[in-house]
Amino acid sequence: MSAPQPAVPAEGGWTGAIRRQIARRLPLEELLPTHQPDYVRSWVYLFGAITIAALIWVVASGVVLAFFGPQWWHHSSVGRFFNSLHFWGVQVFFVFMVLHLWTQFWAAGWRDGRGPTWVIGVVTFLVSVVAGFTGYISQQNFAAQWIAVNAKDAVNATGMGAIFNPLNFGQAYGIHVALLPVAVVLLVAVHIALVRMKGIVRPIGAPEPGVPDAPAADTGVSA
Amino acid sequence: MSTADKATYYRDIRMVPFDLFKELALATVGVLIAVIVLAAVFSSPDVPPVTIASWATADPVDFVTTATSELAGSSTSADYGPPYNDNEGSVQTLWFLKPQSWAGVHNSVDPPNEFVVRPLQQAAVGNSALMADLSTFLGASVDQQSAWLDAYSQALADAKVANGQVTVAAGNYGPTPALMNSLLALARSGGLDGLLLSSDQFFATDYTGSLLFMGDGSYLGGLADEQKLTGDQWGMMNETGRYPGQAWLWLYTLGYQVHPFDQEHGFLGINSGNADLAITVTVTVLTLVLVLVPFIPGLRDIPRWIPVHRLIWRRYYSELKP
Repeated sequence: MSAPQPAVPAEGGWTGAIRRQIARRLPLEELLPTHQPDYVRSWVYLFGAITIAALIWVVASGVVLAFFGPQWWHHSSVGRFFNSLHFWGVQVFFVFMVLHLWTQFWAAGWRDGRGPTWVIGVVTFLVSVVAGFTGYISQQNFAAQWIAVNAKDAVNATGMGAIFNPLNFGQAYGIHVALLPVAVVLLVAVHIALVRMKGIVRPIGAPEPGVPDAPAADTGVSA
Repeated sequence: MSTADKATYYRDIRMVPFDLFKELALATVGVLIAVIVLAAVFSSPDVPPVTIASWATADPVDFVTTATSELAGSSTSADYGPPYNDNEGSVQTLWFLKPQSWAGVHNSVDPPNEFVVRPLQQAAVGNSALMADLSTFLGASVDQQSAWLDAYSQALADAKVANGQVTVAAGNYGPTPALMNSLLALARSGGLDGLLLSSDQFFATDYTGSLLFMGDGSYLGGLADEQKLTGDQWGMMNETGRYPGQAWLWLYTLGYQVHPFDQEHGFLGINSGNADLAITVTVTVLTLVLVLVPFIPGLRDIPRWIPVHRLIWRRYYSELKP
């Protein structure tokens, strides 16, 4: 398959090169498409969108909680409500993220050169798990105490105790509110960009493009 | 993939109008309504934390028993090993893997002095009786200290509580009962919470000392057991009350419920003594497999062999039929 050269002049140094790469790999009509393959009209494609929607509210409620401080929600009914939004937002986020992951597994969503999209997606899930863990031990209540006391043994057993101490509230809270949300949002952004660049994978067994009677494609990463 | 490549990729596929932003906007509003309803109806868990003061008030015998073991250097924390000290009581190894030892001590904790002696020294200012008891204890030989502490530890099994003091049968304990009851009074007043959190910095957010001390007792674990939060109760997936916990840790939690991770003697060097390390290694390997599924022949073919995709694209396949 050959691509027409983008209508961006070959000038402008590094900046121009980056602009040409973006224009070639992710043109605006691919980033924000108005048409999609008919098979995308399946309920499983909602899981990813709901995951992103939940992430939006997890981050928004988290920003409010961070602004007023870690003790606010323990003695303020408004704070408790925002903590509840955050808590249930996280639950919705994980439920639909896992549903998205498993439906993409059964759809073999990594086919036709989409391996990196799968890898970034699973890494996003793993970073989210760490974000959830640091959130649970940042609650400043009994659950946070107990989870931290227990988790320290697993963290220490792996040697990670040298750099991360679950019993140090300041460290866990800082990582939870500053580093991991940024990591998750960036990974999700890269994941979405890869999905838009590659498009939604064809159904398993769909005839090869342009060859209706061709044998079904395999489930590997190469086209 | 360029637009032209994508057109080729989707040749023979019917393209339909699709409003990406509308779908995302509707999902965002829908999720907001759902979490508002969930938050309004169910709120969120917030069982108050245990403090040294609440522990010492609710279960003074457990507090004194734990403090005595800290002073004797026989508590879990005192004997823990890296990253807290150079001992080996809680060091886990698996075959040739000794990451806990390799990492070394990075967060030094000295339970006898940090949890007991230093707080008592601070409390003894202006308290000549306590100062004298402390001097007697610290001035005694190590063997004498051990003899007092051993005898007192055994006597605590039948301890009684009266007027805020823990009393035991008469015996040769030296100044140990007086020291422990002074520490108990300090703890019940809330003073020990502050002393354990204090450092050479004004601001403090590190609760390592307090949590290790509380974790060495049985009171904290008893409360966790009531809330079904312990490891053998699938505790990592649970939350206090009837709230969902970190259900996404199910695979990790599963390890603690099955052989050989939950057995004392285990299998192939894996047992309950190194379960944390063994389960973490196992889950790490399985996670790597999940990450690399697209590149592992056989594994990546499972979706083709088990046709769940027929449900995902049911309408597409039905339209393919002649």
